[in-house]
Amino acid sequence: MQLTGADIVVRCLQDEGIEFLFGYPGGAALHIYDALYKQDQVKHILVRHEQGATHAADGYARATGKPGVVLVTSGPGVTNTITGIATAYMDSIPMVVLTAQVPSHLIGDDAFQEVDTVGITRPCVKHNFLVGDVDSLADTLKKAFYIASSGRPGPVVVDIPKDITANLAEYAYPESVDMRSYQPRTRGHSKQVKRGVDLLLSAKKPIVYTGGGAVLGDAEDVLQKMVNMLGYPSTSTLMGLGAIPASNETFLGMLGMHGTYESNMAMHDCDVMFAVGARFDDRVTGELSKFSPNARIVQIDIDPSSIGKNVGVEVPIVGDCKEVLEQMVQLLEPRIDEIDRGEVNKWWEQINRWKSIDSLAYKTNDEKIVPQLVVERLGEITNGEAYVCSDVGQHQMWAAQYYAFEKPRRWINSGGLGTMGFGLPSAMGVQLAYPDSTVICITGDASIQMCIQELSCCLQYGLPIKVINLNNQYMGMVRQWQEFFYDRRYSHSYMDALPDFVKLAESYGHIGMRVQEPSKLDATLEEAFALTDRLVFVDVITDPTVNVYPMIAGGKGHNEMHLAPGQEEVKERELA
Amino acid sequence: MRRIISVLLENEAGALSRVAGLFSARGYNIESLTVAPTDDPSLSRMTIVTSGTDNIIEQITKQLNKLVDVVKLIDLTEGQHIERELMLVKVVAAGNEQREEVKRLVDIFRGRIIDVTESTYTLEMTGNGDKVDAFVQALSQVEIIEVVRSGVSGIGRGKRALSA
Ligand SMILES: Cc1ncc(C[n+]2csc(CCOP(=O)(O)OP(=O)(O)O)c2C)c(N)n1
Repeated sequence: MQLTGADIVVRCLQDEGIEFLFGYPGGAALHIYDALYKQDQVKHILVRHEQGATHAADGYARATGKPGVVLVTSGPGVTNTITGIATAYMDSIPMVVLTAQVPSHLIGDDAFQEVDTVGITRPCVKHNFLVGDVDSLADTLKKAFYIASSGRPGPVVVDIPKDITANLAEYAYPESVDMRSYQPRTRGHSKQVKRGVDLLLSAKKPIVYTGGGAVLGDAEDVLQKMVNMLGYPSTSTLMGLGAIPASNETFLGMLGMHGTYESNMAMHDCDVMFAVGARFDDRVTGELSKFSPNARIVQIDIDPSSIGKNVGVEVPIVGDCKEVLEQMVQLLEPRIDEIDRGEVNKWWEQINRWKSIDSLAYKTNDEKIVPQLVVERLGEITNGEAYVCSDVGQHQMWAAQYYAFEKPRRWINSGGLGTMGFGLPSAMGVQLAYPDSTVICITGDASIQMCIQELSCCLQYGLPIKVINLNNQYMGMVRQWQEFFYDRRYSHSYMDALPDFVKLAESYGHIGMRVQEPSKLDATLEEAFALTDRLVFVDVITDPTVNVYPMIAGGKGHNEMHLAPGQEEVKERELA
Repeated sequence: MRRIISVLLENEAGALSRVAGLFSARGYNIESLTVAPTDDPSLSRMTIVTSGTDNIIEQITKQLNKLVDVVKLIDLTEGQHIERELMLVKVVAAGNEQREEVKRLVDIFRGRIIDVTESTYTLEMTGNGDKVDAFVQALSQVEIIEVVRSGVSGIGRGKRALSA
């Protein structure tokens, strides 16, 4: 039977097993919206801004591992998605964005609501397509899903002119895809795997450094097996948190700009570094010329271009983290006694001395709520097992430092692009995927206002997200940099004329709470989390002067961390 | 160092702009870039002349390989290869003396005169980049009206080949 292009789009989504489609209608998309109306298998979630659709799809993908799907209209519908597409691209998140386009015969005419979607999105997608005729539609969609979710995942845009959604074709969804130009490699080269194992076993001062690739590759089980077997210290990037549980004995906490002292010192002084799905980003390495001067590096990555890009690597292994780690564990098991435990124990002693400085220690007071405490309490209330979606700023760093993630795919944040506005819509995608789980959005008074309109979407679909607004009345992270590096000239970082967030939440139909006294924090959080079927917006008024510590400033190395006031003395004492 | 990278890619709309966009986004040099379909009309062959440190060249080849449209590539400069570039030059050639001088140069460089008016010659020359550069140099006494260069095409020597 012949179907219209619009029906084909919807059938493809059904046959691909898509649960949710995050979208917003408009002229060029109306045939597709009409086709959606006639079915109820794919649930359409109506956002309030197309940026929200992309972040929601992205959050869904990060939490589930399945591609998130977006549908928008041409022109402004598309341009509104760019931030979300770029966000997904930077963090390698599988996503398929269907963009309606003006009818084929008008393309290039500056038609109403026309933009060059393929051109505008090219630098921030893994791939994109402009569909040329209705006969190739199903094929193209199949390819889009395959490309988005295989290899190093990423967003794929499919631009569909309106006339094509009206034209007729026979429908058959392809069973599989074979592309001569795209064949991602997943298994590690056996010779490289062996060389990697040899180097790991020879280490005296090893460190295991894991990143987002370990989470995206679902490598947590084998990764934990491996670090436990090796007994080597481990650390994680912002994107990799949860792949090794925070409570794992080998785990030193996050590394990088706001990582722990012990993680960064261990990175700096190690002799063998094992990078698992981590890409040596500048927020992680600090000043490259000072980076880990004596390390011999083994790196696993599915993307060859991530290997040796910033830092020279002795043993590159191209492949899927999980598969390669399984290959390595097989070789390691019978040889595990080759490890020089005496040396490694000495290394651990050194690390424990660094650890004793307690670089994440912070001071509380009776007058004002300090934000670190809020995050720590959230971790305790939810056993480190909630889904935590964050915006960007100080609150994001505190969430990463203090929540203590026990599981992968629970920490949902925009690491690569650092997109304010990501938190709330991404939490919607997560809550839809897991309606019975606790989903928290940790945000700041500036970030939350970038996609606050989605509170309306949350009401429509009954999403009981817990929004924790760490309200310091500042763009805190900007203020911190201005305090440190611009002589306290707080240029435009004060959030003047903030709305009353409690009333705002209420006017969107949710429950709003405010807490200002430290003594009332616990009771307020408990009350909020007890309301399991409602969205609760908790406006937590915090001490505006608190900074994120420890910190590696620009141009500094891992061994030149700036500690919190008071901690420098502890360091002198402990390391004396 | 100067490198010649040969790329086989899907002959699809947008493939060229993906390559060009990659080079500009990542700040890689392009000295020249040529592209045309091959005997298999579904494939295009592109020759890119670029330069950079070994690290940069490694990133360039990895990033190119990462493009979904790229089927295969080789760095021709890693082995024996042949490169050719076509150049068309229009020069002022008025009066016998000038015309003789141009003819002599064309002969030395094994070029050809392919169009003549009473005041101009249009010349054709093929060769590797150096030879074409040298020819332009040699024409310095003559008044050049315009120069059109095709950019370099390259192919491996002997059995070395790039095919899908
Ligand atoms: C879209 C966007 N614009 C600007 C920035 C730069 N930026 C990074 S953090 C920050 C301040 C965030 O303030 P807030 O959300 O209140 O969080 P806080 O740092 O106070 O916790 C800004 C402006 C950004 N990351 N994203």
